[in-house]
Amino acid sequence: MTFDIFLQHLTNGISLGSLYALIAIGYTMVYGILRLINFAHGDIFMMATYFGFFGVMTFGIPWYIVFPLVLVLTALLGMGVEATAYRPLRDAPKISILISAIGASFLLENLTTVLFGGVPKPFPTPEVFTDVVQVGTVSIQKLTFYIPVVTGICLAGLLYLINRTKTGMAMRAVSRDHETARVMGVNVDRTISLTFGIGSLLAAVGGIMWGMKFPQIAPLMGVMPGLKCFIAAVIGGIGNIGGAVVGGFILGIGEIMLVAFLPTLTGYRDAFAFVLLIVILLYKPTGIMGEKIAEKV
Amino acid sequence: MLKKRILTAVALLVLLLFLIYADHFLDIYVVRILNVCAIYAILGLSMNLVNGFTGLFSLGHAGFMAVGAYTTALLTMPEATKQQIFYMAPLIKPLDTLTLPFPLALVLGGILAAFAGYLIGAPALRLKGDYLAIATLGFGEIIRVIFTNTQSLTNGALGLKGIPAITNLYWSFGTGLVTLVILLSLINSSYGRALKAIREDEIAAESMGINLAKHKSLSFVVGAFFAGIGGGLLGNLLGTIDPKMFTFIFTYNILLIIVLGGMGSFTGTIISAFIFTIANEVLRFLDERIDLGFVAFDGKVGLRAVVFSALLMLVVIFYRHGLMGTNEFSWDGFLKHPWWKKWLPRPKRPLPGGGSNS
Repeated sequence: MTFDIFLQHLTNGISLGSLYALIAIGYTMVYGILRLINFAHGDIFMMATYFGFFGVMTFGIPWYIVFPLVLVLTALLGMGVEATAYRPLRDAPKISILISAIGASFLLENLTTVLFGGVPKPFPTPEVFTDVVQVGTVSIQKLTFYIPVVTGICLAGLLYLINRTKTGMAMRAVSRDHETARVMGVNVDRTISLTFGIGSLLAAVGGIMWGMKFPQIAPLMGVMPGLKCFIAAVIGGIGNIGGAVVGGFILGIGEIMLVAFLPTLTGYRDAFAFVLLIVILLYKPTGIMGEKIAEKV
Repeated sequence: MLKKRILTAVALLVLLLFLIYADHFLDIYVVRILNVCAIYAILGLSMNLVNGFTGLFSLGHAGFMAVGAYTTALLTMPEATKQQIFYMAPLIKPLDTLTLPFPLALVLGGILAAFAGYLIGAPALRLKGDYLAIATLGFGEIIRVIFTNTQSLTNGALGLKGIPAITNLYWSFGTGLVTLVILLSLINSSYGRALKAIREDEIAAESMGINLAKHKSLSFVVGAFFAGIGGGLLGNLLGTIDPKMFTFIFTYNILLIIVLGGMGSFTGTIISAFIFTIANEVLRFLDERIDLGFVAFDGKVGLRAVVFSALLMLVVIFYRHGLMGTNEFSWDGFLKHPWWKKWLPRPKRPLPGGGSNS
C-alpha cells in the first residue's frame, strides 16, 4: 500500500468518523439526561433523509431551503417521539422504557416502508458537494472535507450551548438529578424535550451528509448506523460529548482501515463495531472517557 | 393434590386428542400455523427465562436460534441435498456425509446454541441494563455476519434449502411441553428463587450470598439452549433457512410476545405466542387489497408490521404488565375464581427488571 492510498483511506475514515461522531452525540445527550438508549435515534436519522428527498425531489424546492427545513422537521419529530414513547413512561421501570423505545423504532421503520415503499431511493445530492478535487495524486470528493468541518461547527455550537447558556445549565442539572433540578425551578419535561430536539437536529445534519456520501436511502438504512453510533458513544464513554466524538472517529477510521488492510475481512465489516465494543467494555466498562459511577443501593 | 394430577392428566389427554385430530383432519395451512405457535411459545419461554425471570435485558435471541437452526438442519439433511446446494464451496468434512436422527440433531443444536450462549455470557453478563442489551444485540448480529460469510459451513447468504420437513405437531408441541416442564421446575427450585432475587435487586441478592455470575450464566445458557431447540424445530418446519431470517426483527417479535404475555409469566408467554402467531395470520388481510363492495382499500405491504409495532408501544405504555403480569396458571386459581380474573391488569405489582439499579 502506497502512502497516497493510505491517505485516501484516512480521509475517508475521518469523514465517516465525523458522521458517526455527529450521530453519536445525539445518543450521548439523550443517554446523559434520561439514562436510556434512544433506539429510535437511527430511525430519526433515516426520516431526515426522507424529508430531504421529498423536499427536493417531490416539491422541487432548492436544497439550500430544504436542508434547514429538514433540520427543523427532524427536531420536531424527535420531540414528538419523546412525547409519545418516552414521557408517559418517565417513572416506569427501565425495561419498559427500553421496550417502548424499540417499539418506536420499529414503528418509524414500518411506517416509512408502508408510506414510501421499501425500494431504495436516490438522495438528491447537490453537485456543489460531489465535485472532486485533486490533492497531489489523491482525488477526493469535496464532501469528504465538508463533513468534518460541519461536524466541528455543530460540536462547537453544542458545547457553547451546554456550557455557556442557561438552557445548557438546565440540561446539565437535569442529567444529574431530575428531582433536585425540579425543586430548583427547572422545567424538567421541557428540558428533556429540548435535548431530544437538539439530538435529533444533529441526527438530521448527519442524515443529510450521510445521504450525500452514500446516495441511497431506504427505510432500514438507520438501523446499522444507529447501532454503530450508539456503540461509538459507549466506547467513548456514554454521556460524555467529547467521548462520543472520540468513539465516532475510532469506529469510522477503524472500520475503513480494517477493510483497507484486510480485504478478506470485508464481509465482517459490520461486526467490527460490536467486537470493539465488547473488548472495550471488558477492560473499561464505562468507556474511554467515561467516569466511574458508583452503584446505588 | 390428586385432584390436580387428574386434571393435569385430563388436560394433557385433551391436548393429545386435539393434536391427533388436527394432524389428521385440519388443513395443512392451519397445522403449519399451530406448529409455528408452539415453536414461538418455546422461543418465548426461553427468552422470558432470561429477560422476565432474571431481569437480564438480552437481545441476542435470534443469534442462538440461528445456531440451533443451522446445526439441526445440517445434521439432518441427506448427503445428496448437501452436495446439490453447496455448489459455491463444498461443505466441510465430516458434515458433508453425516446424517443424524432428528432428536439427536435437535439436542446437538441446542447444546451448540447453549455453548454460544456460554461464550457470549461469560463476558457480556458483567454488563448491566442497556450495556447488556446492546452487547447481546451485537453478538446476535456477529453470529449472523459470521453465518453470512462462512460459505463452506453455512452456504453463506444463499442459505440452506431442502431441509427435511420433520417437524410436525407432535414434535413441536411435545418439545414445547418438555421445555415448559423443565423451565417450570427450574423456576420453582432454589435456582429459580435466586434468579427472581437477581431480577428484583441485584445488589441485595448479591449481599444475600447469591453468586451473580453463576446464576446469570445459568439462566443465559438455559435460555440459549431452548432458543437453539426452537430454531432447530423452525428450520426443519420451514425447509429453508438463510442468515437474513435471523435479524433483530425476529428477536423483536419474540420480545413482543413476552411483553404482551407478561414478563415473568410462562402462562402469559404461551397464551400470547398463540395470540401473536394467529393474529399475524389473521391480520394478513392488512397487507392485501381490502374490498368492501362499495369501497376498496389497497392494502399496503408492511401494514401488519406497523400494527404490531404500535401494539407493542400501546401495551408497554397502557398495559404494562401484559396479560398475566407475573402470575401463572394454576388449577386452584382456575377452580376457585373465574379464570378470566387473572387476566385483568394488576397495577400494584412491580414489573420485573425494575428495582433500584435503574
